[in-house]
Amino acid sequence: MAAADESSRPFAGLSDVSISGDIPVEGDISVPVGPSRRDDEFSTLDEPVKETILRDLRAVGNKFIHVLYPKRSSALLRDWDLWGPLLLCVTLALLLQGGAAKGDDQSGPQFAEVFVIIWFGSIIITLNSKLLGGTISFFQSLCVLGYCIMPLTVAMATCRIVLLVPNSLVSFVVRLVVVTASFGWSTFASTAFLADSQPPNRKALVVYPVFLFYFVIAWMILTFTPTQ
Amino acid sequence: MASPNDLQFQEFEEAAELLSADPGASTLSMSASIASSAAAGEEVKLDLSEDEDTQEESSELLGSQKPTASFLTFEYYQSFFDVDTVQVLDRVKGSVMPLPGRNFIKHYLRSNPDLYGPFWICATLVFSVAISGNLSTFLSERGNPDYHYRPQFHRVTIAAVVIFLYAWLVPIGLWSFLTWRQGAERQVGGYSFLETVCVYGYSLFIYIPTSVLWIIPSEWLHWTLVLVAMAISGSVLVLTFWPVVRDDTKLTAVATVGTIIVLHALLAVGCKMYFFQTAARLPVSEATNNYNASTTGVH
Repeated sequence: MAAADESSRPFAGLSDVSISGDIPVEGDISVPVGPSRRDDEFSTLDEPVKETILRDLRAVGNKFIHVLYPKRSSALLRDWDLWGPLLLCVTLALLLQGGAAKGDDQSGPQFAEVFVIIWFGSIIITLNSKLLGGTISFFQSLCVLGYCIMPLTVAMATCRIVLLVPNSLVSFVVRLVVVTASFGWSTFASTAFLADSQPPNRKALVVYPVFLFYFVIAWMILTFTPTQ
Repeated sequence: MASPNDLQFQEFEEAAELLSADPGASTLSMSASIASSAAAGEEVKLDLSEDEDTQEESSELLGSQKPTASFLTFEYYQSFFDVDTVQVLDRVKGSVMPLPGRNFIKHYLRSNPDLYGPFWICATLVFSVAISGNLSTFLSERGNPDYHYRPQFHRVTIAAVVIFLYAWLVPIGLWSFLTWRQGAERQVGGYSFLETVCVYGYSLFIYIPTSVLWIIPSEWLHWTLVLVAMAISGSVLVLTFWPVVRDDTKLTAVATVGTIIVLHALLAVGCKMYFFQTAARLPVSEATNNYNASTTGVH
C-alpha cells in the first residue's frame, strides 16, 4: 500500500490533465524483425498436411544421406530429431521377428528386447560420454546413435532376402560378410560424429561402448534363423 | 577473520594425527589426489575459502572420498568417471597380473576409484559369456543332424542379472562387514565403498578372454581355464583385502578371505556350468533330440 502511494505521488499532479485530440504525437517505433521463420510458423497452419509431413520426411531423409556418406558435417548434430531412430528401431525389431518358434525360450530376441537394447543402450552410452566430460548434448547423441543403426537395418533386410535361398554355407558366408561390413560402417559413422566432442585422452573410452553396442546388434542380426 | 585460520590449523592437526597413524599410504594418496584434481581442474580439497562443505571434506581429507558436490548434481557423478584411457588400461593390466607386493587399491586406484571400468567390464562380460556360450553349444552340436541352431537370447538376460548382482551386492556386503568390524577407531585403514566396487569390477576382467576361450569344446580345457582365471582374479582380491583383515582375529580374517574366494569360485563355476554345456549335458527340452549325439559328440 505504501509503495503504491509512493509510486503514485510523482503523477499526483497529473490526475486532472487531459490531452486534447489534436496534439500530434510522432516518432519512430522500430521492432527488430525476427527471422522470417516467425512468419512461417504462423502460416504453417494454412499449408496442406502433405507439406508438413514432407518437411519432416525430408529432414529425416537428409540425415539418412549424411549417415550413408559420413563426413564431419554438423547437420546430424544441429537439427537432431528422433523420428529416424524410431523408424529404424521399429523396422529392425519387426524384421527380427519370425525367428524360431514363438514361445520357445531358446529363440531370438523378442520385439520388446530389441527395443530395450537399442534405446536403453543408446541412453547408457550417451550418459557415459557425458559423464566422461563430453560436450555433446543428450538428444544429439541419441540422434546420432539411432541414425547410425541404418546400415545394420539394411543388412538385416539383405539377410532376410538371402535366407530365402536354402543353401546354408554360402548364405552364411554372405550374411557374415554383409553384417560385418555394415557393423564396421555403423561404428565408423557414429565415431565420425561423436569423437569430436570428447577430450582427446578419453576418446577410446567413449568409442568402446559404441563398438560394443553395434556388435551386439550385429550379433542379433547374424544369428537370426527363420522358422524351419 | 580468525575462522579460516582456525580451520586451517585444525585441518593440519588432523592431518598430522592421521599421518602418524598410517604413514605409508596417506602421503601418496594426498599428493596423487592433489595432482589429479589439479590436472582435472577441479577445486583442490585444501581450498578453505569455499562454503561449509569443506568442514566435512577436511575430516575425510586423507580418506578416499572424492566427491565435492551434492549428490543431486551431475558433477557428483562425473567425479566417478575421472579417468583417462591410459589409466583404465593400466588398471586392467594390474588386474590381470597380480604381483604379491601390490595391493590393487593402493597401487593402481590411488584414491581415484572410477565406475567406468566396473560397469563396462561387467557389460562386456555379460555379452561375451552369452555369445560364447551360444557358439560353444553350436560347435559341440555340429555332428548332430537333428540340431537346429537357436540364438538362445534369454541367456543374455540371465547373465546380466547374475553378473551385475554379483558385482554390486558382494561389494556392498563385504564393505559393510569390514566397516562394521573396524569400528570407529580405524577408519583410515578401510576402503571406501567405491574402491571395493572398483576392485571387484576390475577383477572380473580376466573372465572375458576366458569365456571367449571356452568356445573350444573340450572339457579339460574348460576346467583348466576355470582354475587359472579363478587363481588370477582371486589373488587380486585376496591381495587387496588381506592387509585389512589380518589385524583382526584369526578366525574372522580367514573366514572373510575364504568367503571372498568361495563366492568368486561360485560365479566362475556357475557360469561355466550353465552357459557352456558340452553335448552330454544340454537342457532337458533338447535332451530327447540329442540323446544320440551325446555318444558321438563327446570325444
